[in-house]
Amino acid sequence: MSETQAEQGSASQLALSGELTIYHAAEVKQQVLAALRTGPVLELDLSGVTELDTAGLQVLMLAKQTAQAEQRELRLVQHSTPVVEVFQMLDLGAFFGDALLIHA
Amino acid sequence: MNLDEALQTFITESRELLEEMENALLNVDLAGDQSEAINAIFRAAHTIKGSAGLFSLDHIVAFTHVVESLLDGVRDGTVSLNDEMIVLLLSCCDYLSELTDALAAGRLEADPDMAPQGEMLLAQLRRHMEGGAEESSEAALVLPPEPGVERIDQEPGHSDYWHISLRFGREVLQNGMDPIAFLRYLTKLGRIVGIATVPDAMPPADEMDAELCYLGFEIAFDSNADRDAIAGVFEFVQDDAEIRIIPPHSKVSHYVDLIRALPEQGARLGEILVRCGSVTAHELAGALQQQSERSEAEVPQQLGSILVDGGNVPPVVVEAALAKQKQVSEQKAQESRSIRVDSDKLDRLIDLVGELIIAGARTSMVGQHLQNSELQECTSALSGLVEEVRDAALELRMVKIGATFNRFQRVVHDVARELGKDIGLIVDGEDTELDKTVVEKIGDPLLHLVRNAMDHGIEAAGQRLANGKPAKGMIKLNAFHESGSIVIQVSDDGGGLRKDKILAKAIERGLIDPERKLSDSEIYNLIFEAGFSTAEKITNLSGRGVGMDVVKRNIQALRGSVDISSDEGKGTTVTVRLPLTLAIIDGFLVQVGSSVFVIPLDMIEECIEYATEPGQDYCNLRGQVLPFVRLRELFRLGGAPTRRESIVVLKLGNQRAGLVVDTLLGEFQTVIKPLSPLFSEVRCISGSTILGSGEVALILDVAALMHSVSGKGKVVLAA
Repeated sequence: MSETQAEQGSASQLALSGELTIYHAAEVKQQVLAALRTGPVLELDLSGVTELDTAGLQVLMLAKQTAQAEQRELRLVQHSTPVVEVFQMLDLGAFFGDALLIHA
Repeated sequence: MNLDEALQTFITESRELLEEMENALLNVDLAGDQSEAINAIFRAAHTIKGSAGLFSLDHIVAFTHVVESLLDGVRDGTVSLNDEMIVLLLSCCDYLSELTDALAAGRLEADPDMAPQGEMLLAQLRRHMEGGAEESSEAALVLPPEPGVERIDQEPGHSDYWHISLRFGREVLQNGMDPIAFLRYLTKLGRIVGIATVPDAMPPADEMDAELCYLGFEIAFDSNADRDAIAGVFEFVQDDAEIRIIPPHSKVSHYVDLIRALPEQGARLGEILVRCGSVTAHELAGALQQQSERSEAEVPQQLGSILVDGGNVPPVVVEAALAKQKQVSEQKAQESRSIRVDSDKLDRLIDLVGELIIAGARTSMVGQHLQNSELQECTSALSGLVEEVRDAALELRMVKIGATFNRFQRVVHDVARELGKDIGLIVDGEDTELDKTVVEKIGDPLLHLVRNAMDHGIEAAGQRLANGKPAKGMIKLNAFHESGSIVIQVSDDGGGLRKDKILAKAIERGLIDPERKLSDSEIYNLIFEAGFSTAEKITNLSGRGVGMDVVKRNIQALRGSVDISSDEGKGTTVTVRLPLTLAIIDGFLVQVGSSVFVIPLDMIEECIEYATEPGQDYCNLRGQVLPFVRLRELFRLGGAPTRRESIVVLKLGNQRAGLVVDTLLGEFQTVIKPLSPLFSEVRCISGSTILGSGEVALILDVAALMHSVSGKGKVVLAA
């Protein structure tokens, strides 16, 4: 799991890559929350996520809820295929409210 | 896969599981650690129940359910396992086998004839459960679910879908289980119509531990699977999660009760259910209103009743879920390495290989006749291959004798109880392989031998102690390969055979002449004569004088032989010798006059030149006396002997004998064709075969020949 952070205009950006699973969930939670609190808008790039399990999903959901509670904006972008698969199975598109790019 | 095929698989699997269950029951160590055996038994019962549910075999489900409940109690420690219970569970095993047999015979419904037996067993099971705490609730579950709680809001809902409500425990992730993986697996049983992920339990960001699970799911699920199958998906997390399953067309009140039972707020959950499509907003609103008008006192009872009403399966406790997961994957790996083949197909293959061998023999004969060396080369390569094909085909039919031996654990256990003796069984050589047909047919004779050894062989405990032996008697089953045959030994450490008694009895029965001198082994083998029994009293197991002669006949029918040796005061060993296969053998062709005979190659030790004084029936083989038979005389074949006769030296066990023949023709792959029943009385011949030339050759029965050499009178070839 690795993260890269960049700032572009008003939106902070964070790219997650590798396995988003229980092994890294605690670490990712800290990173994402910290990134979230750096500005009003955070864009989370999921293009490099190779695996997503329940723990990983929870972190994303927590980030979303936290963002809502603190009147910030969290956008998930560039969902990788494993992420899309889980989101579709659990019908989470509406929860996150992001445009899902369906991979062919 | 159509349902019939699936049912066949179920029957086969059930039989295997029942066998496993039986073995586990017999191996339960009452004093020591039982958990493994109990888990095995429970698993078997549980799997049978689950699969039976798939086929709507309600009588099997109802029965196994009670068995399972009792076992559940045992696992929880609320019921303790005792000897009596093991016997009861063994009977339940038997009853289930009978139900399975009935199923195999095409009776899908409960058989009224068997019902009383089932009722009796159920009553006993319940009695044992009374020791446990949850007896009443367990018993209630067996009754058809429809308790007398009549309520106005019980109109059925319109949903065609199952509703599954999941709330995972906090520790589920740390236990190595991933809820998403379970849902993914669930989709194999059907289609998720609607799903809501419920994150309401998630605490604020700073308190949230990323390694705990806070999620719940509400799922509308479209599937033809039954409750057990669906619940089975979550078997591994049953301890770590709250799982509620509502069947299709359930009453709306069930959804209402569900909403009340869940931790989230009612209105929000209602919304979720509606979103899933499990229930319509209108139905829910109506039901909620009706319920709120009811007095609060009724609520606990309602909650209790949904569990029964919905027939919620009792939670299946899985200890060490990870260990089990590993086991499952190992089992899968093993399954993929073997396939089930109809034994008829194998028989057909063996038949074809037999024809191939005959055709091959014909080809090679033609090759020799034409004296075409190229053709001969080809046929010799061909016959080499055919030989390999034959061996490989026969190998397919080979099964380990272990399964047959293991069945005797139960026999010994039961018979020992019946006799009031303490007897154990030692099994050796389980990996020895032999033809499936032989295995099937050897079961009964072995059973006789084992029972006989237990009944007559092993003395009562008191007498054993007086003789300085341990009180526990031992029966030993052993199997090994020896020169083309399989040898099975049944031994006991009992009193041994008493020669004087056997002799006296044989003389009394007129079986032998009092003047005759018999060797020890001849005396022992007298017990295989018809109508012979030395036991003073007849028990219901053995001792009626039938049995041993039947055993001998059955074994001889398999082209086998049986021999007995005994050490007075120390024990008896019965040795059964059987051919490895019944279909094809390596033979050796010999000729006498114009007749050709086949001798099983495994029995031949060597061939020597015939040289002896005229009129003598023995010769000198490197300093040892070798008795022999002249085949020409034995079968009363006409014609004069050729100038250069040969002796074929045969070996059976530790006996050796010669066979005088005119010509040696060499090796020949022999496909055994049975003789017609008309010739069943003919001795010394075990079958026939067809030669390459189309001629018929008779196969010699070496065991019977040996017998005749050892001076048991003349053999007449009736024809």
